[in-house]
Amino acid sequence: MGLYLRPETLSDALSALAAGRYTVLSGATDHFPARVLATPAEDILDISGLAELTAIRIDAEGIWIPARATWAAVHAAGLPAFAGALVAASREIGGQQVQNAATVVGNLCNASPAADGIPPLLALDAEVELARLGARRRLPVAEFVLGNRRTARAPDELVLGLHIPRPARPARSVFEKLGARAYLVISIVMVALAAEYLPDGRIAALRAAVGACASRALRLPALEAALLGRHPDPALVTAEHLAPLHPIDDVRASAAYRHAAALTLLRRAVANLGAPEGRPS
Amino acid sequence: MKDFSATRLRFTLNGRAVATLVDPMLRLADLLRDHLHLTGTKIGCNAGDCGACTVLLDGCQVCACLIPAGQIAGRAVVTVEGLAEDGRLSALQAAFLRHGAAQCGICTPGMLMAAADLLAHQPHPDEAAVKDALGGVLCRCTGYRKIVEAVLDAAGGNAAAPALADADGVGARAEKSDGAAKITGSEAFGADRRPPAPFLSLRVIRSPYPHARFTLGATAALMAAHPGLVRVLTAADIPRNLFGIYPTGKDQPVLAEGYVRYRGEAVLALLGDAETLAEIAERDLPLHWEPLPPVTFADAATPEASQLHPHAPGNVLCRGRVVAGDVAQGLAAGAARAAIAITTSFVEHAYIEPEAGYARRVGDRVEIFACTQTPYMDRDELAGILGLRPDQVRVIPSAVGGGFGGKLDLSLQPLLCVAAWLTGQPVRQIYTRPESMAATTKRHPARIQAEAAADAQGRLTAFRFDGDFNTGAYASWGPTVAGRVPVHAMGPYRVPHVAAHATALYTNDPPAGAFRGFGVPQAALATEALMDQLADALGADRLDFRRENALRPGDRTATGQVLGAGAALVACLEALRPRWRALRDDAARRNEASGGPERFGVGIACMWYGIGNTGMSNPSEMVIGVTPAGRVTLFSGAVDIGQGSNTILRQIAAEALGVPAAAIDLVTGDTDLTRDAGKTSASRQTFVSGNAARLAAEALRAAILREANAAPEAGLTFRDGAIVIAHDGIETRLTPAAMVADAEGLVLRGEGRFDPPTTALDDDGQGVPYASYAFAAQIAAVAVDTALGTTRVERIVAAHEVGRAINPTLVEGQIHGGIAQGLGLALMEEYVPGRTENLHDYLIPTVGDVPPIEVILIEEADPLGPFGAKGVGEPALVATAPAIFNAIADATGVRPTTAPCTPDRLLALLHANTSKTAR
Ligand SMILES: Cc1cc2nc3c(=O)[nH]c(=O)nc-3n(C[C@@H](O)[C@@H](O)[C@H](O)COP(=O)(O)OP(=O)(O)OC[C@H]3O[C@@H](n4cnc5c(N)ncnc54)[C@H](O)[C@@H]3O)c2cc1C
Ligand code: FES
Ligand code: FES
Repeated sequence: MGLYLRPETLSDALSALAAGRYTVLSGATDHFPARVLATPAEDILDISGLAELTAIRIDAEGIWIPARATWAAVHAAGLPAFAGALVAASREIGGQQVQNAATVVGNLCNASPAADGIPPLLALDAEVELARLGARRRLPVAEFVLGNRRTARAPDELVLGLHIPRPARPARSVFEKLGARAYLVISIVMVALAAEYLPDGRIAALRAAVGACASRALRLPALEAALLGRHPDPALVTAEHLAPLHPIDDVRASAAYRHAAALTLLRRAVANLGAPEGRPS
Repeated sequence: MKDFSATRLRFTLNGRAVATLVDPMLRLADLLRDHLHLTGTKIGCNAGDCGACTVLLDGCQVCACLIPAGQIAGRAVVTVEGLAEDGRLSALQAAFLRHGAAQCGICTPGMLMAAADLLAHQPHPDEAAVKDALGGVLCRCTGYRKIVEAVLDAAGGNAAAPALADADGVGARAEKSDGAAKITGSEAFGADRRPPAPFLSLRVIRSPYPHARFTLGATAALMAAHPGLVRVLTAADIPRNLFGIYPTGKDQPVLAEGYVRYRGEAVLALLGDAETLAEIAERDLPLHWEPLPPVTFADAATPEASQLHPHAPGNVLCRGRVVAGDVAQGLAAGAARAAIAITTSFVEHAYIEPEAGYARRVGDRVEIFACTQTPYMDRDELAGILGLRPDQVRVIPSAVGGGFGGKLDLSLQPLLCVAAWLTGQPVRQIYTRPESMAATTKRHPARIQAEAAADAQGRLTAFRFDGDFNTGAYASWGPTVAGRVPVHAMGPYRVPHVAAHATALYTNDPPAGAFRGFGVPQAALATEALMDQLADALGADRLDFRRENALRPGDRTATGQVLGAGAALVACLEALRPRWRALRDDAARRNEASGGPERFGVGIACMWYGIGNTGMSNPSEMVIGVTPAGRVTLFSGAVDIGQGSNTILRQIAAEALGVPAAAIDLVTGDTDLTRDAGKTSASRQTFVSGNAARLAAEALRAAILREANAAPEAGLTFRDGAIVIAHDGIETRLTPAAMVADAEGLVLRGEGRFDPPTTALDDDGQGVPYASYAFAAQIAAVAVDTALGTTRVERIVAAHEVGRAINPTLVEGQIHGGIAQGLGLALMEEYVPGRTENLHDYLIPTVGDVPPIEVILIEEADPLGPFGAKGVGEPALVATAPAIFNAIADATGVRPTTAPCTPDRLLALLHANTSKTAR
């Protein structure tokens, strides 16, 4: 029989991880679907009782998304406009049933190439805070997600949450998701862009990320560079900027299509960055 | 499966405190259903994909299949059973009932809970908010429109409430007779009733290869390693290991004998307790596989392809043909000529209820409770497999959580019955979603080449059609498809010269069987493309061109049948004309205004559909009688799979008997209690069983009047156990309690039998294949994003000639649901064996994908129909995908030829077109 622990304090959770091998369980929305036909023998550390990892915090430093923050909580948190991409994603992750249970951190830790949460986190320059008994460390999301369902988390570590830094300048971010139906759909491609603006509306800093076009979501440095110092203009986005992507053919779409769609979504996202309702705040 | 030591759990369930000892990793859905016996929460996928299990957790909707029991400690759970207040339906439930928002009802609990969450947080939502809230619950039956209306109505009358019927006879928007059970969660679907304990569970081991040979080693070690494993069934245990739909086409083993023809084919059956069965790993089974190269649809007909069945040289299961006139001459005579090639994909029925049920042995009989669309065919087929007489098998249909043709074939019944028969113990099985998708039948993929011509006056002169249909590993309903397609291929048009051929080919794909329309929806994609091409070539309006060629009463079809009254396609087209003009103008205006990549287009398509079997007898028999208690009971063997036949047959019987429908009790389905009403398919239950019910009720009425010596126009009332007959100003009372009951417990009875008058088709397909045809025309308005290749259907207008709408709410519900399935077929549904065996890789439309639908019902009484009615189940779907394809062509100038027209396919077409024009 497997062990099931549902600690109420972080130190109990970390002690458990220090003492044995556990599968961490949070909203269970990735956990159970992976076990429809067979359930492996495993010990479970259910972190849903960790009240101290629930409250989203917004302060001068930025935003703290703790491990137990659900997508619904992100949507309801009244996040500042610079985090708009994450808010937009929060309403496109599954249906509301899933959004009410699933966590942002779980989405990241599951590290699916099609995880909608990861491009926004990359674009927002988020950092992952991990803890093991007696030690903490921080990693940029880009260094945390290593590949398809692979992360830099050690088996005895727990992800405590995500730090999203508040940009120094006025900023906003956008998210575009493409799926083959209206709701409840795994993305064919999704993109997230976060921009900081100069007073005249030109771009002072840009981070662009694309998901479902490689084994993990990727930033596009050439595109970011090309837009620097320019007003957001979709015409500045070229196919060459997509060089880092290497999408695959699957049941959702062909690789060639993903390339073309990523280009279109990026152009639209850039256009949205310049749209009037999107004046930076 | 690994379980966890039970822990004590306290939580609130529907307002009551519950304390229980439970495995903390048990899914909440299983806790509710298996431990707390609240089966109103349904399981359609166990993966979060369907939303049928939606419950409220602390007031917010969640999937009960994704919540570990350990996480509900101290929290409040509300299920569908908790919605009714003081035993009365909640306002939301009442609105669902009023609007006909539940068809099969398997999604209904989930829909209700999602809506309850919304209304609690946002009492006056708009339609967009309703859709956002219901976006995580899939419905395969309703097309969602009536569900959205019901929620808006419950929220305070944002949607027009349908006029409540003051009568409930023919033509009334009567509430579904089984509606209340569906919205309270009390309806018993296949998985909702447990067999009497102790019972065995059954797990099927299936082939991982599409084509392979295998050997089975000794099972002793496996049995020894798993004491809970009671028995392993192999092919040798099946008394007669061959079944199939057609008497001459039985080609499918219950358990494969050393050779498998599709991925998912049943190889072994394990019997034991559920926990033991779940923990047995496939790699521990003594099976040794030798994979063989699979025969694909592309190569099945080539000389090199392996021959899959000895009786089918060239892998040809069967061919169908209809030939009239001289097609070469007709094509040559045309002033305009068009050709098209269409391919379509496997389409999965995706009913939200996976197959489930149980069987038990009772003396020398076996009883099975399971979902089915055809209890009597099941009974006879099971008897054949078991080597028993048909009267030794009793089929008790469960409520059916969606069928659409997919539950016309046997699925889990043969193994359950064999296992119960051999062990003497009740045996239960519930398919997982992946198992349901891998093992059961699909819509036939088609590869079609067609050609047509019209003269300078715009009259069709010729139509040629060649269609190959991938029937997969076994025959199933392949012959029905091959027979029905050539009859319908030329569409509802007058064509003097026709040559239509259809071939069903065996492959190593899953068996293709019956699916709403039996191949006609695939054929219509080709036919209706040709109609647009010809109209365009002649400079004619696309609606006018169809109207000019539409079949009318008195016309001769390609099979030589002369159509009677009720062939009212022209009326459908005329009803659409104002909307056609307005929508086309609107699209033109928006195209002009749009500077961006969005293009707008409008498409039209027509269809006809023969009701009932093709050129074959398909009778239905009904019995109606009066019990000693003075109640009227209709014994109906017709299975209601959500479409509403229980309600409609009762309305028809009530009208014929001259009483309110509420006065009639229903006994349905059970093969021990009812006569054979035939299968629920081919859109035949209203027309065929409706006639049988009408005849039975008329006979009962005559019997009552005879007994009372009353005149034919006398009024009947059933009151306080008496039958009161009012005639000539006097009342006569009959007292059933004082009368002698027959063997079936009836003191007065009427029987009705109806078999549509048809003839078999000759070698050229000539004859009278159907007694009645339904006609329809639909318009689709779409917006295509030409930069992404995505298509959004903005509106459907559907004009259906239904003879007589016995219950307009139910007819609209069928049309909405058919349109949603047609939309899926056109844009997103493609089953790929081994790759899309779940409801997140296999996409069906969600509430956000189905646009507003305007339904126009044309009622031209069919002389043969009960009160003039004909069927609508399949006709609803046929025209939708062609109308959408034509709308995409209208919007973009490129014509889709592959279904589904996914974004990547459409974008590739658009790019090919631009590079062509650039050259
Ligand atoms: C029907 C459905 C639709 C969906 N649609 C989408 C979609 O559109 N887009 C999308 O991106 N995703 C989608 N998802 C997946 C999405 O729900 C998950 O990725 C979710 O965000 C994961 O969070 P969770 O809390 O449920 O994680 P869990 O399932 O509990 O865990 C996920 C993984 O992360 C690990 N983990 C979780 N928390 C921690 C932690 N604090 N420290 C260390 N490891 C941890 C777990 O061990 C596990 O490996 C969908 C899921 C379902 C069921
Ligand atoms: S059963 Fe839970 S979502 Fe399908
Ligand atoms: S009524 Fe919704 S699935 Fe049948």
